[in-house]
Amino acid sequence: MQTVLRTALSETELASRASFAPQARLEREERRVQTSGLPLNIRGLRKSFGDNEVLRGIDLHIPAGQFVAIVGKSGCGKSTLLRLIAGLEKIDAGSISFGDDVLPQDIRVMFQEPRLLPWARVLSNVEVGLGRDCASSDAHARAGKALAEVGLADKRDQWPSVLSGGQKQRVALARALVSRPRVLAFDEPLGALDALTRISMQRLLERVWRDQGFTAILVTHDVSEAVALADRVLVIDEGRIAHDVMVNTIRPRERGSAELARLEGSILSRLLSADDHT
Amino acid sequence: MSLVDRVFLPRKIRLPRVEGLVQWIVPLAIVVVWQVASVTGFVPVRVLPAPSDVALAGWKLLLSGELIRNIWVSFWRASIGFLIGGSIGFAFGLANGLSQLSAKLTDTTLQMVRNVPHLALIPLVILWFGIDESAKLFLVALGVFFPIYLNTLHGIRTVDPQLIEMGRIYGMTDGELFRRVIFPGALPSIFVGIRFALGIMWLTLIVAETIAASSGLGYMAMQAREFMLIDVVVLSILIYALLGKLADTASRVLERLMLSWHPAYWKR
Repeated sequence: MQTVLRTALSETELASRASFAPQARLEREERRVQTSGLPLNIRGLRKSFGDNEVLRGIDLHIPAGQFVAIVGKSGCGKSTLLRLIAGLEKIDAGSISFGDDVLPQDIRVMFQEPRLLPWARVLSNVEVGLGRDCASSDAHARAGKALAEVGLADKRDQWPSVLSGGQKQRVALARALVSRPRVLAFDEPLGALDALTRISMQRLLERVWRDQGFTAILVTHDVSEAVALADRVLVIDEGRIAHDVMVNTIRPRERGSAELARLEGSILSRLLSADDHT
Repeated sequence: MSLVDRVFLPRKIRLPRVEGLVQWIVPLAIVVVWQVASVTGFVPVRVLPAPSDVALAGWKLLLSGELIRNIWVSFWRASIGFLIGGSIGFAFGLANGLSQLSAKLTDTTLQMVRNVPHLALIPLVILWFGIDESAKLFLVALGVFFPIYLNTLHGIRTVDPQLIEMGRIYGMTDGELFRRVIFPGALPSIFVGIRFALGIMWLTLIVAETIAASSGLGYMAMQAREFMLIDVVVLSILIYALLGKLADTASRVLERLMLSWHPAYWKR
């Protein structure tokens, strides 16, 4: 059932793109074949903290390998949605399913803070990401490879405290990637970085996502980041999905292009108009 | 990497040569002034003997073997008492830091006991143990227990909850979580406890040995007082100062080895 649903959706999606972007279609097709991502099905998801109902019924299907950005005002429930998907909070009502049997290391989260162990060298910090395989003989090799993927192979024996903010976040990314996750959830991972570092991190995120084909869910307050990276942008308002926007631009995307700017503007105006209602 | 080397290397080289000597300038100057004051008669010898006299007394006691024996006895009492009290304090700190139930059961009691000055127990301890070894060990252990207990507990409770959540997400078992996240996170605080405890350890031992003992440095000082041997009294006090410094240095070295990840330990 899950598979059927996934193909069906992907097909319509492809058809819709085919009309104006044959190149994107080819690329999509190719990625879909090699994707390791898991599809996500969310039905009637609700979550409250005390009297405060944060999520008021979320229905959402994310096809395997899609890059979804979730934007919204602070306190709209976007982070809670992400934490529920990552299994960090208990679900009050509804369901989240991944269309397959998932192992803990299939789903990884990256936070705004790098959360590295200050007393472990960079390489051992990445090895933490292997979870139970941490003690296996090829742990060093696998962690080293993940570090190389984020461009920090030469920092493997450093303490985290000597790294810059962006480098720490790249180590955190390597730690998340080392177990080859099938769903990667980002909770404002670039929020604490300066503008230039943020742009290079965005490129890195896009590259590893294209290489590995996991399903990516990015919570961000930065709409330009969302349209630059994502296939699809969800606007959450008062615990519900208010808008669901596809970003059909070909990749690699040209930063600051008229098309992206127009999209960003329209999403921003929706966010702001939602603000006016309250 | 090159930046780090450039910033830290010159300091590392300068550290043992210059700073190692600098800290001894003041103690050395005090000894010199003291010697001059004694020789010129500014300070009467009956009040404070000259450092040379103290050194001479030390030399005599060293030859007779009495000094080594007494230092050894005191050192042994201090270490064993520290180990016993420290381990129990550490164990309670761990238990109460990790388990709510354990904390609820014992923390209030321990806080009440903590507010009793442990030296106030000396009369009771003498009644219980006489002037036996166990009396001194008990007092030292009791004195050392609280700083280690409190700082271990504090260290564990203040481990970054975000790191603990991270450990759980990455599938660490309770044991791994403790070994890789909680214990290393609590270690800086535990070391603070150890250094406090070392101070209390010597203080307790001096008092216990002066009041109820038949060997050890405190006993040596009290005996010397009986015979008006003021140079030996001063000698004992100086040895306590040296032993205290030694213990502190040992804990610092250990700290630097085990907390080498911590930026605060790079510059010293």
